[in-house]
Amino acid sequence: MTTPIVQLDDICLNIRGQSLLNHINMALNPGEIMTVIGPNGAGKSSLLKIVLGLYKPSSGKRRIHKGLRIGYMPQKLQIDQSLPLTVQRFLALAGNPNRQDIEAALHDVNALQTITRPIQSISGGEFQRVLLARALLRNPTLLVLDEPAQGVDLHGQQELYQLLAGIRDKRQCAILMVSHDLHFVMARTDQVICLNQHVCCSGTADSVANHPEYLALFDQGIEKDFAVYTHHHDHHHNIHGDVVKDETSSSHKQCSGHHHD
Amino acid sequence: MIEIIAPALIIGLILTAIAGPLGSFIVWGRMSYFGDTLAHSALLGVALGLFLSLDPIVGVIIVTVSVAILLSTLQKQRNISSDALLGIVAHGTLALGLVLVSLKEGVRVDLLGLLFGDLLAVTFSDTLWVGGCALLLAIITKLIWNPLLNILINSDLARAEGLPVDKIRMIYMICLALLVAIGMKVVGALLITALLIIPPAGARRLANTPEQMALFASLIGMSSIILGMLASLQWDTPAGPSIVLSACLLFSLTLTRGSQS
Repeated sequence: MTTPIVQLDDICLNIRGQSLLNHINMALNPGEIMTVIGPNGAGKSSLLKIVLGLYKPSSGKRRIHKGLRIGYMPQKLQIDQSLPLTVQRFLALAGNPNRQDIEAALHDVNALQTITRPIQSISGGEFQRVLLARALLRNPTLLVLDEPAQGVDLHGQQELYQLLAGIRDKRQCAILMVSHDLHFVMARTDQVICLNQHVCCSGTADSVANHPEYLALFDQGIEKDFAVYTHHHDHHHNIHGDVVKDETSSSHKQCSGHHHD
Repeated sequence: MIEIIAPALIIGLILTAIAGPLGSFIVWGRMSYFGDTLAHSALLGVALGLFLSLDPIVGVIIVTVSVAILLSTLQKQRNISSDALLGIVAHGTLALGLVLVSLKEGVRVDLLGLLFGDLLAVTFSDTLWVGGCALLLAIITKLIWNPLLNILINSDLARAEGLPVDKIRMIYMICLALLVAIGMKVVGALLITALLIIPPAGARRLANTPEQMALFASLIGMSSIILGMLASLQWDTPAGPSIVLSACLLFSLTLTRGSQS
């Protein structure tokens, strides 16, 4: 049996009299992908901060595997315009990697083209991936990602999730992430935790989706408010937002990229 | 004439050389009011020195360092915004200093000299301890440079990467406090913050890396000292304000240069 790299035993967190987390138990095994979902204010970020060791739990115990190296990707990061900082220098701050390491990490996240640009001038999606590259530079055994797919469209999310799955397979690091979306999680997730101050339910994505406590988070079924609209595009946007022609339609004449039947 | 101002000139150059890198962090972190608060509290230090029959500079160092420690401790509680907190401490210590100075009978204190600096009061022996202090500050700054940049970018990320965030912040604040104590001799308590923020602000447009910005800030600061002192000799204007005006002039010259990034 493998020992978990992070284990939380009966963790409670109270900040200024407010109970944010109640009796949380979780265990993350090496190489496993875990996604935390839950409504706003459910304590998802707090849970990550407990795992990261940024918050001390009010009670309960956090056990981490000896030699655990954490790569952390925060949710938001604002860098003041007054700081002249290129992407390369930003990455170099993560513990003095050499130029090859930086290029390799940027290449891994498809963001090599940003290397010499000022970090304030790159797009939101690029910035997310540069942050991911920074986390990778620490050669982590655990990647902690706070809403990595936030503000990224579905195609971007798909590519991000492929990227993460590839990283997991290549580096054998565990991934713990918060999803901004209650309904969509990365398909390769091994474990989903549905959090609403306490663990409502946990398990594989399928088992969570059918759990009464998860369903109870919504008064009515979401089908009532949401419908699926099926697009027929002859192109898609890659992770940089550029238009990429789909292979099947590459024989089409250029019609401003928008040919709908 | 030159023998009279030589010690002040040397101290001014040392001061601005070290103010470049330390002041850059004030600009990047948007904490110019923190520098002001330290400077205001310096006057209380002079009063303390008088009451305890110490060299005023010893009193200044004691008080500014204590205020730096006090502030970094108080800023962790969130009921009062740090903005208001700085205002309270800045004006509280300034008022207390002024009251104490007035209570001390039989001692005439050159208030104008304290507020605006008194170059003629600087001696060659001062240059020795200032030089020693500056050397120490330079070494410490070099050591905490990268960690401090990481903390500036995101303190959670820095903490998750294992940096002792609070300790490094505290060290930086103590360095600033020492710098203020030194600077008081040259430009006085009211204008020392100017030498911490104007040169880095001017250096921003010339720099592509944080290190370049710190270096250019030092050069702009040192040029301001020379220009200001020359102007002061030439037109018999007060030295401190002349130095600050020179810095403003150099800053506005950099504005004419196109933005780098």
